[in-house]
Amino acid sequence: MTFALVFLAIIMATVIGWLLRQTLNTQPWEANDPVENQPGRGVISSDPAKIGLISFIAVVTSLFALFLSAYLMRMKLGDWRPLPEPNLLWLNTAILVLASFAFQLTRGAATRGQLLTVKIGLVAGGACTSLFLLGQLVAWQQLNASGYFMAGNPANSFFYLLTALHGLHLLGGMWVWGRTTMRLFAGADTRSVRLSVELCAVYWHYLLFVWVGLFALLLST
Amino acid sequence: MAYVAIADRDHEIEHHAPTTFITKYIWSQDHKVIAIQYAVTALFVGLVALILSGMMRLQLGFPNSFSFITPIDYYQFITMHGMIMVIFLLTALFLGGFGNYLIPLMIGSRDMVFPYMNMLSYWVYLVSVIVLLTSFFVPGGPTGAGWTLYPPQAILPGTPGTDWGIVLMLGSLALFIVAFTMGGLNYVTTILQARTRGMTMMRLPLSLWGIFMATILGLLAFPALFVSAVMMTLDKAAGTSFFMPAVMSMGENLSHEGGSPILFQHLFWFFGHPEVYIVALPAFGLVSDLLSTHARKNIFGYRMMVWAILAIGGLSFIVWAHHMYVSGMNPYFGFFFATTTLIIAVPTAIKVYNWVLTLWQGNIRLTVPMLFAIGFIFTFTHGGLTGIFLGNVVVDLPLSDTYFVVAHFHMVMGVSPIMVVFGSIYHWYPKITGKMFNQTLGKVHFWITFLGTYAIYLPMHYLGFLGVPRRYFAMGDTEFMPESAFTLNQSITISALIVGAAQLIFLYNIIVSLKKGKDAGPNPWQATTLEWQTPDTPPKHGNWGPELPVVHRWAYDYSVPGYHDDFIPQNVPADATPATSEHGSDT
Repeated sequence: MTFALVFLAIIMATVIGWLLRQTLNTQPWEANDPVENQPGRGVISSDPAKIGLISFIAVVTSLFALFLSAYLMRMKLGDWRPLPEPNLLWLNTAILVLASFAFQLTRGAATRGQLLTVKIGLVAGGACTSLFLLGQLVAWQQLNASGYFMAGNPANSFFYLLTALHGLHLLGGMWVWGRTTMRLFAGADTRSVRLSVELCAVYWHYLLFVWVGLFALLLST
Repeated sequence: MAYVAIADRDHEIEHHAPTTFITKYIWSQDHKVIAIQYAVTALFVGLVALILSGMMRLQLGFPNSFSFITPIDYYQFITMHGMIMVIFLLTALFLGGFGNYLIPLMIGSRDMVFPYMNMLSYWVYLVSVIVLLTSFFVPGGPTGAGWTLYPPQAILPGTPGTDWGIVLMLGSLALFIVAFTMGGLNYVTTILQARTRGMTMMRLPLSLWGIFMATILGLLAFPALFVSAVMMTLDKAAGTSFFMPAVMSMGENLSHEGGSPILFQHLFWFFGHPEVYIVALPAFGLVSDLLSTHARKNIFGYRMMVWAILAIGGLSFIVWAHHMYVSGMNPYFGFFFATTTLIIAVPTAIKVYNWVLTLWQGNIRLTVPMLFAIGFIFTFTHGGLTGIFLGNVVVDLPLSDTYFVVAHFHMVMGVSPIMVVFGSIYHWYPKITGKMFNQTLGKVHFWITFLGTYAIYLPMHYLGFLGVPRRYFAMGDTEFMPESAFTLNQSITISALIVGAAQLIFLYNIIVSLKKGKDAGPNPWQATTLEWQTPDTPPKHGNWGPELPVVHRWAYDYSVPGYHDDFIPQNVPADATPATSEHGSDT
């Protein structure tokens, strides 16, 4: 559980540290009038949706950290036989990097209001992601074809489980991507999709980070 | 563009009031309606679980007298009772019910920041409840694995409900976690982002601090349950061996090998212990507000109470293995977890002292909510003290799996939070419905419940010392059990049935008062917090009319010298009182 604990400790330390800063040097029992047009002390200057996404990312981090903890604990038992990762995964990783890159470009274009670039970037990002997901499915096929079944060995089980979980999170992102893209092609201007694009970009970077971590762990064990 | 807090952008945000019956009461995005939906559903399944506990008590008090309770039924009742009470009643009611109702009202907001997701959260929760209850009607019935669902027995033939029950249970938990995550992201974001002008974090009522921290714990801890549920489902359905060791069952080797049941225990309790505080922290918060309001005195040590909540939240993640002292762990491990467990008693004790000191020299009004709040101090202290026994490895080993443990956790996280649930329902009932409940019936309900729980759980400590094991269907003829243990069991059963039946008084009271109750007025308890200052009672959609309230003071300005009332609402300007008031010192 050390792995999960480290991650959770970081998250909890951030949360509690921030909260503590709100509570120090305050005399809550003193009444006073709030200054006009000043947000209350401790308001995080950001859009609620961003705070929502960051909180969600903390939840997903907890989820993956716990799965990886389970992975590391289960690995120590005697029957663990590592499986050879298909080389296709390297290609998939490159594609996911491209997707992340596309979203980053789109994010910049959306801020500057370049409609065409946003459209191209979104389509490219979505296409790369779909390609990545497809590639993962092919990788599963290859493993299955060479006899590495889900229930054959815990290493196999974890491989399928972790890749599936990561893929599902990407699919969730694709839902938001789909809605944003549809809105854009139905004639929305860049200003109205800027937030969605930005959130997508953050989420894709995060899932790329998770995938790189997962892939590194799968390769090294 | 300079940043403007969402609370100050009120006029830019459109609030479409629902118009049809369906959007108003069924597919509603209004936090108050969702809160009531959550609470009613949770109380309904809680009632199911209460009936299950009555059936268990019948068997334990009068073994072999009831042909309709077989050992299989008994284990199914145990499992469903535990899981429903902990997850589907308490977690859902505190966070989905009280969290939803109180967060926007107490921070001076019109609604949650993501109302649609909030609605979705309730409906997914409802589906999870339905899936759970469906397991009563499938072949083999619900799972009888115990609420901890330990493998390998949870999915091996021989345990009740291994065909359908366990799958439905795991599926239902997964759905609940999805629902909770949607709700939880809402609660956290709303508290951080939608506070009205002047409502700093340190002016939040303690209710919200408790709910806030519990939500964070839930968001981070429920994934551990999700992980274990997914992996166990795969062990059951796909033949993997995450948790399943090589097992011979019915003379045959099963396909599993090499898995680790202990791994499940770690994951389960990594969720399971924070879960205790997911239930307890909202209770701590709510009870603080009840005590302060009904004692007409500011809460003692507000900042210390906040820090204690933060400390408990942080520590709750590093005590989980004290549930696993008997799992054969390394003794140094046990030493570590015993230490952290005892350390967590410090902030908890600070809270108990502060509650008692809040009462000290207060102008105590023994209203129904106050009775339940004071009852909570008793039951919680009681259950907390036995926790210190069980937190020590050497004391835990002989007491493990006896009725002492049953008594401990029922006192500390069964009865105590339920005391707060009742107290809080009575406290906010006038705001939610606009009507006052019947005080006499409320007091009868309190005294039967409070004294009854002692009649139930005090003797269980003694049974535990005798070594009477928990989870047994019937004791049979055992030498270590004196005659008195059997009579005690009968007495416990009778008390339990009386207490169970007394809950009908509560139901009768809150249902009949909807029609027949006297109009409560906007602020019957003369409380300071914002939810009592709404222009309408019950609050209408959007809560605040045209203008959002502005907050000038903390939530605990009770009995301020020099002011004509003994309470000053949070939205009363600072110059309404002498600037150098001497009412509060937080030391």
